[in-house]
Amino acid sequence: MSTLVQHPSSLQGARLPKWSPWAIAVGSVAVSIGLCVATGIESKIQWGLIAALLFVFGTYFIAAGVEGKRQAKDRIATSMVWVAFIIAVVPLASLVWETVKRGSKVLDGYFLSHSMGVVSDTEPGGGIYAAIIGTLEQVGIATLIAVPIGVLTAIYLVEYGRGHLARAVTFFVDVMTGIPSIVAGLFILSLLLIFDMSFSGFAGALALAILMMPVVVRSTEEMLKLVPNELREASLALGVPKWRTILKVVLPTALGGITTGVMLAVARIAGETAPVLLLVFGNPFINNNPFEGAQASLPLYIYQQYANSAGSEAAYDRAWAAALTLIAFVMILNLAARGIARWKSPKTGR
Amino acid sequence: MAKRIDVSGLSAYYGSFRAIEDISMTVEPRSVTAFIGPSGCGKSTFLRTLNRMHEVTPGGRVEGKVMLDDENLYGAGVDPVSVRREVGMVFQRPNPFPTMSVYDNVAAGLKLNGSYKKSQLDDIVEKSLKGANLWNEVKDRLNKPGSGLSGGQQQRLCIARAIAVEPKVLLMDEPCSALDPISTLAIEDLIGELKERFTIVIVTHNMQQAARVSDRTAFFNLAAVGQPGKLIEIDDTERIFSNPSVQATEDYISGRFG
Ligand SMILES: Nc1ncnc2c1ncn2[C@@H]1O[C@H](COP(=O)(O)OP(=O)(O)OP(=O)(O)O)[C@@H](O)[C@H]1O
Ligand SMILES: [Mg+2]
Repeated sequence: MSTLVQHPSSLQGARLPKWSPWAIAVGSVAVSIGLCVATGIESKIQWGLIAALLFVFGTYFIAAGVEGKRQAKDRIATSMVWVAFIIAVVPLASLVWETVKRGSKVLDGYFLSHSMGVVSDTEPGGGIYAAIIGTLEQVGIATLIAVPIGVLTAIYLVEYGRGHLARAVTFFVDVMTGIPSIVAGLFILSLLLIFDMSFSGFAGALALAILMMPVVVRSTEEMLKLVPNELREASLALGVPKWRTILKVVLPTALGGITTGVMLAVARIAGETAPVLLLVFGNPFINNNPFEGAQASLPLYIYQQYANSAGSEAAYDRAWAAALTLIAFVMILNLAARGIARWKSPKTGR
Repeated sequence: MAKRIDVSGLSAYYGSFRAIEDISMTVEPRSVTAFIGPSGCGKSTFLRTLNRMHEVTPGGRVEGKVMLDDENLYGAGVDPVSVRREVGMVFQRPNPFPTMSVYDNVAAGLKLNGSYKKSQLDDIVEKSLKGANLWNEVKDRLNKPGSGLSGGQQQRLCIARAIAVEPKVLLMDEPCSALDPISTLAIEDLIGELKERFTIVIVTHNMQQAARVSDRTAFFNLAAVGQPGKLIEIDDTERIFSNPSVQATEDYISGRFG
């Protein structure tokens, strides 16, 4: 007690003001710009790097001078986290920014509700209606195929699987996770050739389902493993059969996570181009029937607008607009997944 | 309604490890039997063999006989699911279903089995919650999640859930170990009431609790770590705590052991 009274300041060192990180950040950016202009460094990336270094070390030395060693280490860790965050966000933000800037030129109601039809690739006009329909149908069918199989496989692995069969299934799921999308496409294409069939949205959906399934299995498996065993036992001890326990207790408890996993898998396959290129082929006209004839699809549309446009500005604009639509589509799915996860996850509290 | 349990020559294994060996005892209907013994001697394991929950653990295996009145639980063609409907269980840690409301938790056993009439359900839920001494505390929040209750309330919710399916026997594995003295007392009172209707088996590390609530007490022990646990003796609670016939029991109860 007495020592505390004698040295009240031992617990109360000097502190930098709250705004000091911002001041240091602004200062280091200013210094780095000045430095670079003076020495004639052109590259913006170098400007940024110098600013980041100045920020980290500036924080350290200022804090070490004012607050002491330990606080300085704390601040250096914090400032490095911020720098890492910015490095991670800058490419993402600039990508979104670029897409929005270029994509919004032709993105309007007309663009969304019309197809290319006879509009030549190098002229302005046309739209992505057929591509949207194609993507929705292909991704929808792939989801309908992959989710039941994937979820049931995960249930088998977590709740029933023992011994060789389970280990074999796990192994093949792992192998499937590593299949490049073009290989999945080639596999289905070989089936098409064997059975003498032609392009269709359904064939593309099959390849997408192959890509989606392992992701669904993995994420569902992890979610089911998180369900505490006590809950299963509580249900079994009430005399509830195992299948009902799984259906009514285990799955609802894990539902939020499973939904998120499925949505992420959907988002992943929505942007797949290679298998679609092989199996769906692309079609400037509207084809609502996924089981017959070539269809369009968003990622394929983007690729084809670039590849066939011979440098035409109109085609580039359409490609960017389609890219923006695809990003928006995936983002809406992700938001929906988060919403469902939050809504369905176990609620605590009163 | 309550049933007699008659165990003979029962051993239980985890894989190749024998956790309990050659246990024989009789549990009288409408009585409370307490299991005591040092940690790891196989009380929980033995308890779980009484409603065929042991085999739920991977590698779990049981030898021997458990007669419930005149039916062998381990006889050929016996359905473990129907065994568990007769022999209910309350676990050491409260485990209400997190996705269900208080009401649905109590109704879970009936609802999940699909064997109920909507009109009866309200009555059964109310009766079970009253039976578990919880009704007054939750009657205004039956539709709130069960995980939002306090630990003691959750444990009583689990008891209500267990008695809602009207089992013949109720197994309780250290039901009060996570509870405060007041909730403990509430559950002990509850056990006193429940024994009018059920056969109750309770595992406890609390000697006073065993002395307070039980009619008969069984003492388990194991020779050494890695050896299977054994039943040392089972007798009237009064006799076990005043004048046990085996020296090891007296040592354990008076604290001269482990
Ligand atoms: N799931 C399991 N797998 C393998 N061995 C187990 C498992 N559960 C328990 N055991 C072993 O079985 C023996 C008996 O365990 P049990 O849980 O029945 O003891 P207990 O008497 O209930 O102890 P406590 O009083 O600490 O709860 C112990 O040696 C334990 O290590
Ligand atoms: Mg135990």
